[in-house]
Amino acid sequence: MDFSVLLQDIPTLLVVILGVPALLVGYIVGAEFLVRRLPDKNRPQVRPWIWVGPALAMVAAILFIPAIATFIQSFQDNHGNFVGFQNYQTQLSGFPSSGAWIAIRNSIIIWLVIYMILVLTFGLTMAVLFDRIQYETVVKSLIFMPMAISSVASGVIWKFMYWYQPVGANQTGTLNAVVTFFHHDPVAWLQDQWPGGLAILNNLALITVATWGLTGFSMVILSAALKGIPGDLLEAARVDGAGEITIFRRVIFPLMMPTVVVVGTTLVIFAIKVFDVPYVMTNGNFNTDVLALRMYNLLYLSHNNAAAAAVAIVLLIAVVPVLIFNLRQFRAVEARR
Amino acid sequence: MASVTYDHVVKRYTADVTVVKDFNVEIKDKEFMVLVGPSGCGKSTALRMLAGLEAITEGQIRIGDRVVNNVAAKDRDIAMVFQSYALYPHMSVYDNMAFPLQMAHMPKTEIDKRVKNASRILGLDNFLKRKPRALSGGQRQRVALGRAIVRSPKVFLLDEPLSNLDAKLRGQTRIELQKLHRDLETTFIYVTHDQVEAMTMGDRIAIMNAGILQQVGTPGDIYDHPANLFVAGFIGSPTMNFVPVTTSDSTAKASGFDVKLPKSVPAGKATLGFRPETLTDRIGDQHNAIDMSVDVVERLGSDQFLYGQVGSDSVTARVDPKMKVEPGDKVRLGLDTRSLHLFDAETELAQF
Ligand SMILES: Nc1ncnc2c1ncn2[C@@H]1O[C@H](COP(=O)(O)OP(=O)(O)O)[C@@H](O)[C@H]1O
Ligand SMILES: [Mg+2]
Repeated sequence: MDFSVLLQDIPTLLVVILGVPALLVGYIVGAEFLVRRLPDKNRPQVRPWIWVGPALAMVAAILFIPAIATFIQSFQDNHGNFVGFQNYQTQLSGFPSSGAWIAIRNSIIIWLVIYMILVLTFGLTMAVLFDRIQYETVVKSLIFMPMAISSVASGVIWKFMYWYQPVGANQTGTLNAVVTFFHHDPVAWLQDQWPGGLAILNNLALITVATWGLTGFSMVILSAALKGIPGDLLEAARVDGAGEITIFRRVIFPLMMPTVVVVGTTLVIFAIKVFDVPYVMTNGNFNTDVLALRMYNLLYLSHNNAAAAAVAIVLLIAVVPVLIFNLRQFRAVEARR
Repeated sequence: MASVTYDHVVKRYTADVTVVKDFNVEIKDKEFMVLVGPSGCGKSTALRMLAGLEAITEGQIRIGDRVVNNVAAKDRDIAMVFQSYALYPHMSVYDNMAFPLQMAHMPKTEIDKRVKNASRILGLDNFLKRKPRALSGGQRQRVALGRAIVRSPKVFLLDEPLSNLDAKLRGQTRIELQKLHRDLETTFIYVTHDQVEAMTMGDRIAIMNAGILQQVGTPGDIYDHPANLFVAGFIGSPTMNFVPVTTSDSTAKASGFDVKLPKSVPAGKATLGFRPETLTDRIGDQHNAIDMSVDVVERLGSDQFLYGQVGSDSVTARVDPKMKVEPGDKVRLGLDTRSLHLFDAETELAQF
């Protein structure tokens, strides 16, 4: 890469390299100096705030304030005039097949349910199956590998998997090569809105890509939870007369449940926010639109900031309850350790 | 209720790691058998092979007349109490105890009756709804016992069940376990590294060392007639005195004293063994006088132990607690010649 651009403005570079750390050190030293002057009993109350202060300021600057600004903007038109719920009305009109409804259905129903179930099921199955094999680490690393590939790259890879040529032509897409080998007509995986225009098939094709990317993640976390179960519990169950399936159902799974819930809710959040895979593979066409992608297209293609803000708020409202539940559950798991 | 037979049982992990070697023992129906030995000697492994948690490399294990080598753990009808208790943390005390009964597809009313009965015996009535996390160590231990006794199993296995309790609770539980054994009339196999537990609880004791069974017998038998140097040193506290001697005919000559042996032995080197309680301040016909220079005096109220030197050998004596002795003193003690042990210098086997 060409870094020479950095050298064109040496003074700014120096300010960044020296000034930022100096500012932080100055802040800490100065604040500590002031805290030391405080009476003994006030110090423990004040000191934590000094240390979390910079982080709080950053969160406020890049998260809270923009979120509030977006919220306000969603009630304005593109010239800054207050318009009440009009943006939301536009987005939510035309149920069920126009406006934001396709994106809402895809994000909050299809992606949320199917993606979560697929990743959890595969992750759990693999965690359990690979727990006692000989080359456990090698196999698990292989399954974890797709995590190292960016979603955009995996979207591109899977586009080749799904590639479609008309009937009779040579099929270069892996899946269609298989399908035609069995004398079936090739399937346009990303365009085919089977069944009957509901567009489950092509959405499922997209979800498969994301699932492939994240199964390793859920497997690794669930596998850690599995390994955390003491071996003598399973031995006790065996002596108590339980078969292996009963042991899984009555002992292993209940003990993994808190972790399953944390992974599940994390997946729900990922699902609601999904953007990259549909963006790369279909750009939301053929009824595969999702909320985040719709927001992006409204903002950068249509330059309709107000509508984009409204979609963003819908997305936020969908995510926040899950997020809160997830945090609570995570804390509950931690508290049990 | 059943007998248990270990028939030439061997456990090998790899070609050169043999953890249990040619293990032979027959445990009678309703017997309380204690398997004792130092940590790492293979006691747990022997027990786990019986429970079906560990494969048997060679030999046979029988429960009653049935060879169980290839029977799955869940089908052996055995109950086991683990050292860690291994309670199911997500289940209430009630469910923990009901679990083995549910596995046996017992009717709900029968399960309820049995769990209530066991919890009454163990004093757990008030804790049935609690999770194990909310119990003390002693209570958890009782739940583990409860989970085992509800089933009326053929054999009851306990792997160091008391080692996580404090000394007082351990003493109480020891007595309760013996009572439980009497009431249940079931075969108990109890593993421990603690010779006091072994001596106080076992109908018979099997002593293991380095994977090899050393001796099987009643506590009194083993205490009075240890088969070899290891058993003699392992059982009894403070440990037996061992003094190297040279024998000729029926006398043994140590560095600081001579002693007349009850029978004549071949001339040569050997190890003389005598327990601290046979070296006392009583001196009489049956006693050999021995001079000891005292290094340490240990007063326990009911007992007084003297640690010191006789000739160039370290020995321990047990004297009257009223005897006034200070470190540095020279005292004259009497060795009771009726309970001497002599061990072969090579094989370490007891000659008497
Ligand atoms: N899976 C294993 N592989 C190799 N050696 C083992 C294994 N499990 C236990 N051992 C060894 O077997 C010996 C006996 O173990 P154990 O039966 O648990 O002893 P104890 O219960 O008498 O303390 C120990 O020395 C231990 O290191
Ligand atoms: Mg052990």
